[in-house]
Amino acid sequence: MGDKTDVWQGTLALMVLKTLETMGPLHGYGIARRIEQTSGHLLSLNYGTLYPALLRLEQEGFIASEWGTSDNNRKAKFYKLTRAGRKQLEKEARGWEQAAAIVGRFLAPGGERA
Amino acid sequence: MKRLRALILRLCGMFFKNRREQEIADEIESHLQLHIEDNLRAGMTLEQARREALLKLGGLEQTKQNYRERGTVPAFEALSHDVRFALRQLRKRPGFAFTAVLVLALGIGASTAIFSAVNPILFRPLPYPQARRIMMVWESRRGGAPFDAAFATFQGLSERTRSFESLAVMKPWQPAMIANREPQRIEGQQVSSAYFRTLGITPALGRDFTAADDLYRGPKVVILSDGLWRTLFAADPAIIGRQITLDDNSYTVLGVMPRGFENVLAPGAQIWAPLQYNPALPLDGREWGHHLLMIGRLRAGVSREQAQNESTAILQQLGQIYAQGYNNSGGPSSYALVYRLQDDLTRSVRPVLLAILGAVVLVLLMACVNVTNLLLARGAQRRAEFAMRAALGANRRRLLQQLLTESLMLAAIAGLIGIVLANGGVRLLVALSPADLPRLDAIRVDNGVLLFALTITTLVGLVVGLVPALQASHNDPQSGLQQVSRTSTHHQQRTRRVLVVAEVAIALMLLVSAGLLLRSIRRLFAIPPGFDPSHLLTMQVQEYGRAADNDAASARFFEQALQAVRDVPGVESAAFTSQLPLSGEDEGNSLQFESYPSEKAIGAFRYEVSPGYSETMRIPLIRGRLLNQHDDAKAPGAVLISETLAKRLFPNGDAIGQRVHMGPDLGRVDAPWHTVVGVVGDVKQWSLALNEGEAFYVTPTQWAWVDSTQSLVVRTHGDPAALAPVIRAAIWSINKDEVIVRVTTMESLVAASEAQRHFALVLFEAFALVGLILAATGIYGVLSGSVTERTREIGVRAALGASPANILHLILLQGMTLAGIGVAIGLLGAIAASRALLTLLFGISPLDPLTYAGVIAVLAAVAAIACWIPARRAAQVNPAITLRAE
Repeated sequence: MGDKTDVWQGTLALMVLKTLETMGPLHGYGIARRIEQTSGHLLSLNYGTLYPALLRLEQEGFIASEWGTSDNNRKAKFYKLTRAGRKQLEKEARGWEQAAAIVGRFLAPGGERA
Repeated sequence: MKRLRALILRLCGMFFKNRREQEIADEIESHLQLHIEDNLRAGMTLEQARREALLKLGGLEQTKQNYRERGTVPAFEALSHDVRFALRQLRKRPGFAFTAVLVLALGIGASTAIFSAVNPILFRPLPYPQARRIMMVWESRRGGAPFDAAFATFQGLSERTRSFESLAVMKPWQPAMIANREPQRIEGQQVSSAYFRTLGITPALGRDFTAADDLYRGPKVVILSDGLWRTLFAADPAIIGRQITLDDNSYTVLGVMPRGFENVLAPGAQIWAPLQYNPALPLDGREWGHHLLMIGRLRAGVSREQAQNESTAILQQLGQIYAQGYNNSGGPSSYALVYRLQDDLTRSVRPVLLAILGAVVLVLLMACVNVTNLLLARGAQRRAEFAMRAALGANRRRLLQQLLTESLMLAAIAGLIGIVLANGGVRLLVALSPADLPRLDAIRVDNGVLLFALTITTLVGLVVGLVPALQASHNDPQSGLQQVSRTSTHHQQRTRRVLVVAEVAIALMLLVSAGLLLRSIRRLFAIPPGFDPSHLLTMQVQEYGRAADNDAASARFFEQALQAVRDVPGVESAAFTSQLPLSGEDEGNSLQFESYPSEKAIGAFRYEVSPGYSETMRIPLIRGRLLNQHDDAKAPGAVLISETLAKRLFPNGDAIGQRVHMGPDLGRVDAPWHTVVGVVGDVKQWSLALNEGEAFYVTPTQWAWVDSTQSLVVRTHGDPAALAPVIRAAIWSINKDEVIVRVTTMESLVAASEAQRHFALVLFEAFALVGLILAATGIYGVLSGSVTERTREIGVRAALGASPANILHLILLQGMTLAGIGVAIGLLGAIAASRALLTLLFGISPLDPLTYAGVIAVLAAVAAIACWIPARRAAQVNPAITLRAE
């Protein structure tokens, strides 16, 4: 597992929001699996850490939850993006792209001189 | 914003714990099931599938805990846990909890009650806009005491001042009014037109006085208080402009003051009329009499000193302009004294209140010391518990937090009870308070007082908890867990001893203060008032509505009333007087003896009395004869003078037969002379403490006018108070419209004349008693704790041959040493405290040896009893049993 990266705080919220945007309402387990898949299994996620993050997003009003039934007829709590969450996602995504772009330039060969 | 929202939701989360817990469990369970199903589909065995799911989750309990903590606020969780734990601890030890709460509640309650009395009087500004700019203005002569202003001074000052934005003068006014078919005397004031403007208050209804209302012989108009408007006029808004009848005259109502208006200069005043003095200042007019109170509102930016200097300059100028007018009333003033109104009002009660405040702080301090002691003892008993918690990983901060929570809980419960006690205490204080206490109506438990109670409760909680908490939390867990013997550390013992010494010292200070006050009061009441106050009933009769010039009718009424009273069974004798000793009245007038040069007029108390007054009061006759019914309008004028006056003016004992001009006759060459016919004993008029014995007595028929307000004195065979209704009825049988007020026995008047000292004494006695009890329980607590902890040592001593007497002696010595050190320190404190009490003392030194010796004896006796009980228990220790128990 040495080549897998730990998920650091802050990015997890962004990933959750993005996942919910693409997938629509989803339960905790589903979100966790989806994040792992999207990262191409490069991220090692302790599924347990997802729940406090979900609760926090809910307390902040970015997502809402509701009990429902899963595909295979199991009771599960489904999360979905709120309007505030959508805005927050845009904001954070932009922030990340900028940060990634800046760091990218530094790391590009000869970038510092450009 | 979103942070706040999250915090609120988390705080709410604390309240729906069970539901949340269930949701967490459900959600995690559903997560696991989903995961397991996936794993099964991927081909794992059930066992493997579950294991993998749990691993991936990162542990079931940890996940739940993290989830939970995000759901609530962990610090608050701990706090609410501590609070519940603290309450459980208190419930487990009801005796301890009860004692601690009771002691603290008494301390908090007493100090809150006292604070609520002291706060509006000494600290809170008066209830007027920019109250600090309102000043009291007095006149004064070189080096003399301040005295009331004359109207001429007010007028001259108003015209010239640049320091004051407005000035006003006032005097008391008691118009009579028939209300509900009974004659009533209404307290009121006659004021110059700017009175309310100077205070900064405008009427709620109608209008304020204007200069046009305050004209000589001007319109008869009044402004009513809200209270009077409500009680007598049913809060009728149409009252404005209506006519009401006062003293048989018709007055137009101009306005009604607001409901909350507090008239600090005359708290009882319900009605106001313009003063209407003569601005032409006639030379023989009342405009020169010094009988008005003057207030002024400073212009912004002008200091008190500036105003005083400017006013003094103006007064000196006026003295030159109006030399003749001022000479009619004792000469011009040379100084104006300007004091802040609040300081002026509170000057006389300030020492009493500060002394009481000081005393109650000491009581609170003692309560804290006592409870600290209790908590220390508890801490010693709970050492094992703390050690256990420390061993299980509780850090010191956590232990401290828990212990402080416990003491704060104690304080909080005590604070609640204390506020209830304070509520009752305030009512008691108001009932007990001397009549001259200003702002009595403002004394109540209000928000400021509650804030004060909350603050001291928190402080008390921290103070009593901190030392025991620090001590308990830095115990070494190992020694605590072993608990080989129950000896507490030396450190702890020392702290507790220091606390007991402090308690004894404070108790001594309180006891000495109370003792000094008690001895002062005893001394005061041992002073003969100059008459015999027992079996004397007094009441003031105020003639209703008769025109002032109808002296003959007044005289006839008082004569008939007196006869009716004398006919009442049980009455030994009765008389009227224009002023009553020790009633708060003080009316002086001038005398000028033939044998002294005419510019040497003498001021003395004037008693206009019906014949038989001296006999009824039992004022002793020193020489000559008393006044009798033959001293009437037709007879030559007769006057009695007091012994002090006679001795000062006629040291050779030749007072009898001297001729004198009195009051309005002064300076009139053609006026007939009065002759001194007798010398009577001195009477205390102002206060038992003051020797102001110069007085003269004259019958109403031989004086220039008949006073329309007179006091009846009745000497009775039995209980004087019991006769009051019959005597009142006898007066009303002559004229049912007469106003009768201040019905009381002479003995209670004498007592009331020392109300301030008495007030202080009652409170100090109560505080000293509480102090004594607290000190006793403190000594007892420490010693009995120490005996319990030393049971083994005592057992060993006994086994080695110490007799019970030896052991008794050992423990007694230990306790009495503490008491002795406390007394020594307390003596120093008491000497300092007695200096602060100086103005309240009378006739004894603040270092009165008898008081100090007595207090030390009482304290020593109480300490000895408190030591003896645990000492005896120690002496009865059975060595065999204790040693086996180890």
